Amino acid sequence: MLTKRVIPCLDVRNGRVTKGVKFKNNVDLGDPVEMAVSYSDGGADELVFYDITASAERRPIDIGMVEAVAKAIRIPFAVGGGISSVEDMERVILAGAEKISVNSLAVRNPDIIADGAKAFGAQCIVLGMDPVKSGKTASGYEITTRGFREFTGMDAVEWAKRAVDLGAGEIVVNSVDADGTREGFELDITRLIAEAVDVPVVASGGAGKPEHLVTVFREAKADAAIVAGMIHSGDYTISEIKAAMHAAGIPTRMSW
Amino acid sequence: MTAIIDYKAGNLTSVKLAFAALGAETVVTSDPKVIAAADRVVFPGVGAAKSAMENLRALGLVEPVKEAAATKPFLGICLGMQILFDHSEEDGGVDCLGIIPGHVRRFPTVPGFKVPEIGWNGVTGNGERVTGNVSPERSEPRKRSLEGWEWGTVTKEFYFVHSYYAEIVPETAGVTEYAGVKFTAMVKKGRLWACQFHPEKSGRIGLELLKEWLSC
Repeated sequence: MLTKRVIPCLDVRNGRVTKGVKFKNNVDLGDPVEMAVSYSDGGADELVFYDITASAERRPIDIGMVEAVAKAIRIPFAVGGGISSVEDMERVILAGAEKISVNSLAVRNPDIIADGAKAFGAQCIVLGMDPVKSGKTASGYEITTRGFREFTGMDAVEWAKRAVDLGAGEIVVNSVDADGTREGFELDITRLIAEAVDVPVVASGGAGKPEHLVTVFREAKADAAIVAGMIHSGDYTISEIKAAMHAAGIPTRMSW
Repeated sequence: MTAIIDYKAGNLTSVKLAFAALGAETVVTSDPKVIAAADRVVFPGVGAAKSAMENLRALGLVEPVKEAAATKPFLGICLGMQILFDHSEEDGGVDCLGIIPGHVRRFPTVPGFKVPEIGWNGVTGNGERVTGNVSPERSEPRKRSLEGWEWGTVTKEFYFVHSYYAEIVPETAGVTEYAGVKFTAMVKKGRLWACQFHPEKSGRIGLELLKEWLSC
């Protein structure tokens, strides 16, 4: 049976993994390669790296880091942040990343999704989106960009559908409201997107306890879930999360 | 030397890095002479069957690939496994290399199953084949070098990314199920091995499989 994926997210700032709440109060957590190896050995099904300062500063992603991670681990990983063209995507893929995540760039230039999917296959192109609860759009969720700094007026569900039509192979739904709270995923927006598109949906933002993953898989139809603070802090291990999923009857990869 | 065939069907970095992690020397090549001289041949690939076949023809690689598959340890991966079969439904139908008799089809549309299948799915050994044509019920499960993986009895997860699947054929050595379909996750025909999943991205288990192939 296809298993539900647990994906640690590593926010990279100036070559170091950091974690903040709602993109603020960042603290240093460690070296990206060392952390990648540790999580991979610990049972992560995939990893995602966001070069968070690259996008905000509009500079290219750190390819050296991507190469070092690719050398060190044998599980798939996605990279986002600081990608502004198909050429940037190609550099990241040739460095050994499995997937590229586009977010603000795709909002500014949706054609990048189609161009990327055509060049590398839809399975390589992940749309990351940062929806926030809003009265301004039909689904009740509005897309924000540039690290929650800008509101776009775009409806989250409509944007997800359009991105999949353009060729996105997966969607990461990162709830602005839940991000960093460790109080659980935002189930409603995750389910809305999961039911609206026929590509895998990754729940993101709010994971604080293993039960949160059980709930998002059971109730919001997510195919994968991102974890960050709850494992970076050492409060939980991936193994503990997966044991809880397995015990709850969720298909989980239990040997690695 | 292990040759990794480059026919412009996807990124080969992960394949190269996985063999490097095992200390195996590889060369990425589209030169028939290099392929002919190699001890072992890896035939990776992602993307669409039709353009892959067109690329193979344009590069003059159809016969060299068939020759390598027939004469030396050969490992097809993902699309590189699918186009070893007779035919694929992709892009309205494509004749493939015909090295393994059988067909490649698209996953049916089934509620709750997204296509492509992306992620870790269990592979169960088709015991009958790998234990030498003895039915799984009667045979002692044979322990493989993959730690704890007794073909035909134990399921291990590997990483898959695909929208099409190969039907189960006599050469099927590993079976996986998705969208209500049981399909070929792995074929073995002597020293010709091929897998639908990506051993190069399947963690320690994937490396064990590559290591086993390197000594076949």
